[in-house]
Amino acid sequence: MLSRMADHLFWLSRYTERAENLARILDVTQRLAAMPSACGGAGNVWQSAIATAALEDAFNARYSEATRVNVVRFIAGIDDNPHSIKTCIETARANARAVRTTITTEMWEILNDSWNDLQRTKASELMKTEGMSRFLARVMEMSLRFDGAAYRTMLRTDQYWFQRLGTFVERADNTARLLDVKYHVLLPEKEHVGGGLDYFQWASILRSVNALTSYHWVYRRSVEPWLVADFLILRPEQPRSLISSYSALHEYLDKLADAYGRQGPAQRLARSTMAKLANTDKDKLFQSGLHEFLTEFIAENNRLGDAIIQQYLS
Amino acid sequence: MSKTSTPFFDEMTAPDGTAREAYAAIERWLQSTPRELVATRQAEAEHFFRRIGITFNVYGDDAGTERLIPFDIIPRVLTTTQWRHLERGLEQRVKALNAFIKDVYGQREIIAAGIVPEELVLQNPAFQAEMTRIRPAGDIYVHIAGIDIVRVDPDTFYVLEDNARTPSGVSYMLENREATMRLLPDLFGLHRVQPVDHYTDMLLATLRSVAPRSASGEPTVVLLTPGQFNSAYYEHSFLADKMGVELVEGRDLHVRNNIVYMRTTEGLRRVDVIYRRVDDEFLDPLMFNPASVLGVPGLMAAYGAGNVTIANAVGTGVCDDKAIYSFMPEILKFYLGEEPILKNVPTWRCREPDSLKYVLANLSELVVKEVSGSGGYGMLVGPQATNAQRGEFAAKLKAKPEAFIAQPTLALSTVPCFVEDGTAPRHVDLRPYVLSGADAVRCTPGGLTRVALKKGSLVVNSSQGGGTKDTWVVEG
Repeated sequence: MLSRMADHLFWLSRYTERAENLARILDVTQRLAAMPSACGGAGNVWQSAIATAALEDAFNARYSEATRVNVVRFIAGIDDNPHSIKTCIETARANARAVRTTITTEMWEILNDSWNDLQRTKASELMKTEGMSRFLARVMEMSLRFDGAAYRTMLRTDQYWFQRLGTFVERADNTARLLDVKYHVLLPEKEHVGGGLDYFQWASILRSVNALTSYHWVYRRSVEPWLVADFLILRPEQPRSLISSYSALHEYLDKLADAYGRQGPAQRLARSTMAKLANTDKDKLFQSGLHEFLTEFIAENNRLGDAIIQQYLS
Repeated sequence: MSKTSTPFFDEMTAPDGTAREAYAAIERWLQSTPRELVATRQAEAEHFFRRIGITFNVYGDDAGTERLIPFDIIPRVLTTTQWRHLERGLEQRVKALNAFIKDVYGQREIIAAGIVPEELVLQNPAFQAEMTRIRPAGDIYVHIAGIDIVRVDPDTFYVLEDNARTPSGVSYMLENREATMRLLPDLFGLHRVQPVDHYTDMLLATLRSVAPRSASGEPTVVLLTPGQFNSAYYEHSFLADKMGVELVEGRDLHVRNNIVYMRTTEGLRRVDVIYRRVDDEFLDPLMFNPASVLGVPGLMAAYGAGNVTIANAVGTGVCDDKAIYSFMPEILKFYLGEEPILKNVPTWRCREPDSLKYVLANLSELVVKEVSGSGGYGMLVGPQATNAQRGEFAAKLKAKPEAFIAQPTLALSTVPCFVEDGTAPRHVDLRPYVLSGADAVRCTPGGLTRVALKKGSLVVNSSQGGGTKDTWVVEG
């Protein structure tokens, strides 16, 4: 396929995934903010949202304080900043328009409908919690429907694999960053088991990736910090985990290599990260330092994104 | 529904107020359907078009607003008898256009025979001298023609204009059909409407048939678009998608050793046929406008070497300006030895002194158009203009007579449209699309009906308040 088309497809998938991720963060934060301060609903949940979305520098350049109003305006995009949900949707739709021939009608309509919906959404409605919740639900639904449409209607050729690569590179990045921001919550001190206050923080991490209920089906006990980390990094059963994302990335890159008859740096990088994840257990994870692990993972994931671009999209 | 008696030929309603046979079922439907329901269907149509994204940005508009070309839900109906007549005429006309272009870039026999003045060809801004050295595959220049037709009475169709460069609108023809089938399934089912959805198959077959001899095996066809900010972008992506060909921009293509390649995820891949929706001027910065970023450096060299086919060929504009239009009856006779099946509108060439005199004396009855104009701009509709406007135009005419032609105001046929007060007649034209391949000439039944939505207006162009309708060809 045309390199430029593959590039648009890769990025529109990333932006759609990113929009969902931002919507989940905002949704969870709204929930947390509504709780009494003894349960984690302290003033700095909004600051935490910005950190989780890895938008501190951008936010601080515009706003001096992380209040609810400012953070909502920023993440939703009422202030038209380029890191917002609004920009993700606009960019995804613009990319989709440029590659009409590589996406199916269903995929186009989902993004176009969301974009049209965005044009009709009033800022005043978004500033109210209920209005914002409805908006966020629509954004998350857009991502699910888009993903479903891609899975159900795309031909299993290189177009499909590039679409999936974009989704999973972004997903891995977002999940690792989410964990990294919260690592100090996940691992307060070596001996500290954590009390009721931290439970809502750990649960909110799981909620951000829609994994709270599934956690209980895997571990069958209450939420514990090191198990949250284990769940979202090392568990193949959890579709949002880093190892799940890399299993997918590895598979799709191999399919591309087969189709094109050539292996390259992208395949090698995916394979090595996959092997590293498969050979880590949670004890090793915490011995070497969760934060260090995640920082290195994020950097490697970025390198994989670059390798894909170099190898196929330029 | 209001029945207005008009001096124009209304395609649906006879002068005695009854519906013509082809429209009988539609008339019954209109009579029996509450206005609000028709209005709902009309609104659903707009929603459908917005959803699929057949919208465009106009430079200067808000970033978030995209426009639609208005669609009127009441179909326009032609009979198979009428269509067969049109089709024969269209094929004949396009054959003559191709023969003319071949001749003007070749032996110029028609000029030698004194039939068409030399300046009209050689000084024509669309004349591309490079084409005198290039012989396109199958001697076909106009692979895709959009011939604009108007009707003045039940049996009289005129060709209003030939569009031989990058005629557009076919995506509307196809999507209008989709909309009508979805929104009026019962009414549609009452008729046996000739299908149009095979257009893109025919287009692909046409393009493949003109692949250069140097192409090996399956020819690779691409559609070259100026990009997503072009107002016809939807059509470019729609056609490429339906044909299963890559939608490319200039920057995706690369010429090496006079062969055109496209940049794919697997490296460079040879391109054999380019259906280009980029104007001549912008095709190759090494040959034409050097500032163009829409084209491909070296494309003309590859074309000249016979390694790629460009559809429509470069330089076809030499046959579709209004001055050449006025010679079409003679052109047809010269190359085909036949009388034109479809008549030309009588045309006065203002470059000829006697014609200029006549035109100036009769401005209030004539439509005066710029020879190289398009989009309905720069023209004078005599009967609708004020004295001041006519005076202004007369001055323009006297200053540069060779830039104008004049025609009588045609009483274009009308078809009912859904308007604020119910239904009312509006003027329409028809743009069928004629595909000329090395193996066959192909034409989908009907074409795009364009309608002048403003009451009394004769201008159907979308840039000036025009809309479109679905066109049905039914047994009759």
